[in-house]
Amino acid sequence: MAGSLLEVRNVSKRFGGVVANREISLDVPEGRIVGLIGPNGSGKTTLFNSIVGHHPIDAGAIRFQGREISTLRVSEIARLGMLRTFQQTRVYDKMTCLQNMRISLPTREVSFFDMFARFSPEVDERAEALLEFTGLYAKRHLRAGDMSFGQQKLLEFAMALMAEPKLLLLDEPTAGINPTLINGLIERLKRVNADLGITLLVIEHNMRVIMNLAQHIYCLAHGELLADGPPERIRDDQRVIDAYLGAH
Amino acid sequence: MQESVRRLLPLAAIAVVVIAAPLLFPDYRTQMALLWVMVIFALTWDVVGGQMGYNSFGNVFFFGVGMYACAVVQRDAGLDYYTGLAVGVAIGTALAVLAAAAIGAGLLGLRGHYFAIGTLGLGIAAAEIAASWDYIGAGAGLVTPVFPGDIQDRTLFYYWLCLIVAVITFFTLRWLYAGRFGLAINAIRDDEDKAEAMGLRTTRYKTVAWCVSAFFLGMTGGLVGNMVGFIDPRDVAFAGATFGVWMVLMAILGGKGTLWGPVIGAAIFHITQELFWTWLLGWQRVALGLLIVLIVVFFPQGILGWLRERRPELFGHRVDAARSGPGRSG
Repeated sequence: MAGSLLEVRNVSKRFGGVVANREISLDVPEGRIVGLIGPNGSGKTTLFNSIVGHHPIDAGAIRFQGREISTLRVSEIARLGMLRTFQQTRVYDKMTCLQNMRISLPTREVSFFDMFARFSPEVDERAEALLEFTGLYAKRHLRAGDMSFGQQKLLEFAMALMAEPKLLLLDEPTAGINPTLINGLIERLKRVNADLGITLLVIEHNMRVIMNLAQHIYCLAHGELLADGPPERIRDDQRVIDAYLGAH
Repeated sequence: MQESVRRLLPLAAIAVVVIAAPLLFPDYRTQMALLWVMVIFALTWDVVGGQMGYNSFGNVFFFGVGMYACAVVQRDAGLDYYTGLAVGVAIGTALAVLAAAAIGAGLLGLRGHYFAIGTLGLGIAAAEIAASWDYIGAGAGLVTPVFPGDIQDRTLFYYWLCLIVAVITFFTLRWLYAGRFGLAINAIRDDEDKAEAMGLRTTRYKTVAWCVSAFFLGMTGGLVGNMVGFIDPRDVAFAGATFGVWMVLMAILGGKGTLWGPVIGAAIFHITQELFWTWLLGWQRVALGLLIVLIVVFFPQGILGWLRERRPELFGHRVDAARSGPGRSG
């Protein structure tokens, strides 16, 4: 699949004697929603961290829009248009929601003086529209740290959208979210993909969510790629079922 | 209109007081000028320590650099008093900023306690170097040029200069905090890794914040050297145990990470300190120490921080009754 937005080729990562990822390859074509599943400790978050440049990889290649990025730093990769959200939600907790949104504007500033730029009314309008999209409009003047975990998760999602990424890596977007809100979240993720044209790579434990959401799924187990394919095939794959039931 | 009048009224009242005070109470001019220096100390410390969350104990270094550079220019350049002062302050300020950029490149890579310890060494090392460097007077210190005029004019002149620098510092920081720069350093304070993951150029923001701090400290250093008249390396220029610690305390007392907090903290701290000196002579250091303990125990968030915990709506932190924005559909 040449020409994918994100290409991961034979990436390995070990921590001391533990092999967290062994020769993993995957593709995220532009405009798609790709899922990444696997039992706890199978190396999903490690792979995310490798992709976004959080730690160096031991072997392999990672290309974003055809460009090798495995030697770039986190903020450089982010400025190329690839963002991630965290499993343990991370927002700027002493700042209000609106401030969190404002500072999440795309950071492709070129000149030194852009550092001191003001915020235009258009920026606030877009921030408020996105807060409304995630249902946080009424709380826009609250400090992010005073909100519930689920609301912070939604805020982090809205912040990522504010930054206009080409590819968004979501680490368990529905964990800790009220079950009745999950359907709404799936709907929103699909709209983000379809309307805003943002490609998604999603780690998810909730099978119902990932089967509804993803068009293609990769399954990891023990740091290795176990299977990949469309949701129906993954659901019926005996190796995947065994891995989740602990037979592997 | 009504609203803007109500907002400007307190500022106008403050302006009248600070302009009338030195004329009405000429005996207290130097003390009042020092109050503005304290305000500058607290405000500049808060840029990096409060707004950005990098607790620095070395900011006094830039103050000393500005002070020495200015005095050396005044001594050696052979200019008349006012030109020498102007050139000296300009060069002192520039040197302080350059020093901040150079040192920041190394120190700002440290985080949390490590940064605090690293900066602590900065002030101490500078004091020791200054005390043994003959070119700048070594341990004997430097005497600044004699003011051309009587002592009353001199104190008034420096009162105005300190006031002007304090006002410029306040409004510059207010402007900076309202824009992208302010939110970026707040983001670094709250979660630096997240800020990096969002693509912010954190190193650049941190260095510039440190330089902004150094800019005003260097400028103030040049003025204070001339106001005091004698530069001692350990007790005036690189006075880590007094100025260096006070700037931290004043910002914390008022509420770090707020614009008005350091101003309020500096005013309360300076006035109490002077009262202790007047009425508790001999025990003033003990009283000051007790005050510090009380501040940390009862106001760990500072006065404005304490107020924000109790009355968040005063700071605009409230839930909007409207569920959605005007003229927009979900």
